[in-house]
Amino acid sequence: MTCTDFLSQLTDYFDGQVEPELLAEVQAHICECHHCEVVLDTTRQTIAIYREHEIYEFPAELRDRLHTAIMTKCRASR
Amino acid sequence: MPAIQSPATEEIHPDVALVARAKQGDTAAFEQLVRQYERQIFRVAQHITQNREDAEDIAQDAFLKAYEKLDQFQGNSKFSTWLVRIAVNESLMRLRKRKTSKTVSMDEDVQTDDGSIPRDFAEWRPNPEQLYGQHELGDILRKTIQGLPPGFRTVFTLRDVENLSTEETAEALGLSVPAVKSRLLRARLQLRERLSRYFRQKNEGPQP
Repeated sequence: MTCTDFLSQLTDYFDGQVEPELLAEVQAHICECHHCEVVLDTTRQTIAIYREHEIYEFPAELRDRLHTAIMTKCRASR
Repeated sequence: MPAIQSPATEEIHPDVALVARAKQGDTAAFEQLVRQYERQIFRVAQHITQNREDAEDIAQDAFLKAYEKLDQFQGNSKFSTWLVRIAVNESLMRLRKRKTSKTVSMDEDVQTDDGSIPRDFAEWRPNPEQLYGQHELGDILRKTIQGLPPGFRTVFTLRDVENLSTEETAEALGLSVPAVKSRLLRARLQLRERLSRYFRQKNEGPQP
């Protein structure tokens, strides 16, 4: 398996959807290729860090204002 | 011959009852749906437009549109996916209206593989949380995702930030599943490459 082949499987690998006969090859490649091992690990961290950090705040004041505005518009449209 | 699974055995999403009540004019039921999804819709709009005021307007317009078109919602998809699709369309429309030369469709701007080929193979050590404070980390994450083309940013936001499935992401964006997978891979690799500038292990001597 080449590094390009490995990258093409990366999304399915994260989703646990790599075809069983390919999975052993993917895992063997990770053991053999340090670069791809790093890409795998740092891509996993990339996903995790965006999932875990709420990068845009949604304070109560904004929530209340938004909620009121949405419901006012909806009620007015009836 | 395999048995056909009866719909009655599937778990019914709690939104189904709320949507049914809202369709009959129960505003309180619709308000409950608003309460459940206003944060998510605002966040999706802010991720795509990168602008808080636009995101507020889009969230209002998206819920109003959903309210007005509730009869057209057939229930073939989840209510939340349908709502996200409305918000994505409103967001992309808003970006198009901006007087910038940047392309803003789900198709343009994602043709090239530039930036998606891994070049930085340094490990991230110590991990980003050890390296940066919360505030600084937030700045880095915001700045980095802002640099992604909108077509990539949108796919990454729905799939990885909002945790929609690949199929739901495809449905919300009007794309095929292979197209979502391809864009998602390139979005993740581009973000990884850009973040690596901040998070890569430093080899030369002690760093501040």
